Amino acid sequence: MQTTVNEPATDNRRINWLKYASPQTFYPLAGKMIPWFSWAAVVLTAIGLYISFFLAPTDAQQGEGYRIIFLHVPTAWLSMFLYVLMAVYAGLGLTLNTRLSYMMATAIAPTGALFTFLALVTGSFWGKPMWGVWWVWDARLTSELLLLFLYIGYISLQSSIDDVQRANRSSAVFALVGVINIPVIYFSVRWWNTLHQGASVSMTKSPSMAATMLIGMLVMALGLWMYSIAVILMRARSVILEQERRSEWVNSIEERA
Amino acid sequence: MGNMLEAINLQCTRGERLLFKDVSFALHGGDLLHLNGANGSGKTSLLRTLCGLSRLQGGSILWRGENIQDLREDYCAQVVYIGHQAGVKDDLTTTENLCFSSALAGVPISQDQANAALSMVGLEDYVDRPARALSQGQKRRVALARLWVSRSPLWILDEPFTALDKKASALLKERIESFLAGIGMVILTTHQEIDINARSIQHVRLDA
Amino acid sequence: MIRPDLNNLTNPDNLQMSQLSTAVPNTDFTETGSQLWLALYRLFQRDLRIALRRRSDAAAVLFFFVISSSLFPLGIGAEPQLLRAIAPGVLWVTALLSCMLSLGRLFAADNADGTLEQLLISPQPLVLIVLVKTIAHWVISGLPLVLIAPLIGLQFNMPAQELAILALSLLLGTPALSLVGSVGAALTLGVRGGGVLVALLVLPLYVPVLVFGAGAVTASASGMGADAGLSLLGATLLISTVFAPYAAAAALRISME
Repeated sequence: MQTTVNEPATDNRRINWLKYASPQTFYPLAGKMIPWFSWAAVVLTAIGLYISFFLAPTDAQQGEGYRIIFLHVPTAWLSMFLYVLMAVYAGLGLTLNTRLSYMMATAIAPTGALFTFLALVTGSFWGKPMWGVWWVWDARLTSELLLLFLYIGYISLQSSIDDVQRANRSSAVFALVGVINIPVIYFSVRWWNTLHQGASVSMTKSPSMAATMLIGMLVMALGLWMYSIAVILMRARSVILEQERRSEWVNSIEERA
Repeated sequence: MGNMLEAINLQCTRGERLLFKDVSFALHGGDLLHLNGANGSGKTSLLRTLCGLSRLQGGSILWRGENIQDLREDYCAQVVYIGHQAGVKDDLTTTENLCFSSALAGVPISQDQANAALSMVGLEDYVDRPARALSQGQKRRVALARLWVSRSPLWILDEPFTALDKKASALLKERIESFLAGIGMVILTTHQEIDINARSIQHVRLDA
Repeated sequence: MIRPDLNNLTNPDNLQMSQLSTAVPNTDFTETGSQLWLALYRLFQRDLRIALRRRSDAAAVLFFFVISSSLFPLGIGAEPQLLRAIAPGVLWVTALLSCMLSLGRLFAADNADGTLEQLLISPQPLVLIVLVKTIAHWVISGLPLVLIAPLIGLQFNMPAQELAILALSLLLGTPALSLVGSVGAALTLGVRGGGVLVALLVLPLYVPVLVFGAGAVTASASGMGADAGLSLLGATLLISTVFAPYAAAAALRISME
């Protein structure tokens, strides 16, 4: 390739972001990042667990069992954050038409669904000792349940369509429709809750938090976030391998392996 | 006079296979373009891309110098597309089908005009009969009847002569010829020999 | 360049060949705004006409509504107080499920015979086409539910005022269900497992309408007034009317590529 005399020297300080929008360059980059995030996840989660089990005070009303809130609240936060992130990638894919955006959205969905499921299960375990029931139809838990359905819908839609392009774009549209509806759904469920005052149990009224508890939750959230980044990057790599399997660079990797 | 329709470096990939690439052509009023290629070579995909049904996978399509993706409905008003599917509702009569297609295209017609057009394709006995009673070939003829009432300057026809008997084929050929003479443009695919008189005939062949 | 004579085309007395468009094609296509409304009206008329000629399709949806709501007393018990308490919820849920079942008829038939293709490449804006088709679909499948529901409500021992609120809530809610459902129908066009997949996608999005609608009737029954629920329903309907056709049109284009 001829370079012209007037071609300016590349500015080495600026990272060329667009370069990483190609699956081929993103693949090794992701591979390098995974160990860092994995270690960060292990460290932060260990600290978070230490705080939640040993440093946080025993709650006067709820005893020791309440400690599961240190898992419940961060997983709930992450489940919502990951859905929004997935919708952002879906939107990027639809507007910029980059394959990698769609691959990232595909990679996020199962982790997001997992965290939603964990939030529901830990919420259930929290409620049982306190109120004697396995499930409480309060606003937050019910919204989490519907969020899980939205994740499942996204994953099902994508796996039902054979053509990859159409699968990506259709599920991207669904993700965007879902993300716009989440506030509406949450609001409607809150309103529904106020209608049926019978349920006096509510998880939205959390106990007043000691500072330690909040820090513990934040650390756990951070740890789980590191974990999810690591897992998502791993999954993204395998999605890339699968969708780009016909290209040369993928085949050369497999030859080297 | 500039090009009316210009296709530049079109390409198409279906699934994993590259069907064709670097397909370019330009049409002026009165031109006939014959699209050729083996079965599965992407002829229908190319036609659908020219209509705006399928996404452009590379290159561009210009109508009077403007990108058809910018023109959207304005470009659609210029095109009549008759593909493999007849686009005929079984529960409506032939006349109702044609009246609706025409109204949808922005050219409302009366029942009598629809019937006149239907008789041009040899369906005068099936006027006002439910389309369910028609064979697949007859339904395609109902679709083709649109060519007698349309105002659009560009026709994109996917194997229009299929399932037409000699008489109907001759009528269609005549209609295409008079359309081309009146500076219309036609893009078509056909397995048969092109026997149509036109000011200029281009051939585009899609090879894998 | 000779312009074809517009007046002659619509003159029913002239049957001569010259009245057909053998004239010079119109390459100078000026705006035909009135043709837009005529085209949309004809589309609406066409869909209604087809539904009238195939009455069994719409009737099946109605029968499903009637039958499935009858299942609840059989499953739960027919004690009058109980029926009255569960009536708003039961009727709303079965109406919602009936709407969802009818979604299969929105685009699938047109897709099968090639008419949908023609709608996509017509000079009329796809968003308006989708809106008109959805309205026609509601008139065929949703409006009968609104009319029949009070009769079923009588079976559930609902008092007159509640029946009126129920009908009103369904009148506002079922069009919103059709509109939101059109997005799901468009996304799953031609996909295998379509019926269940549509349910998976659309039911979480239906929750706000269900909550507001059933909530309005319940609130009215318990003396709190149906205003809040009905206003929220109205707002949801407005928002759906504005946004859902865009999403559905985008989804249709993706599905048809």
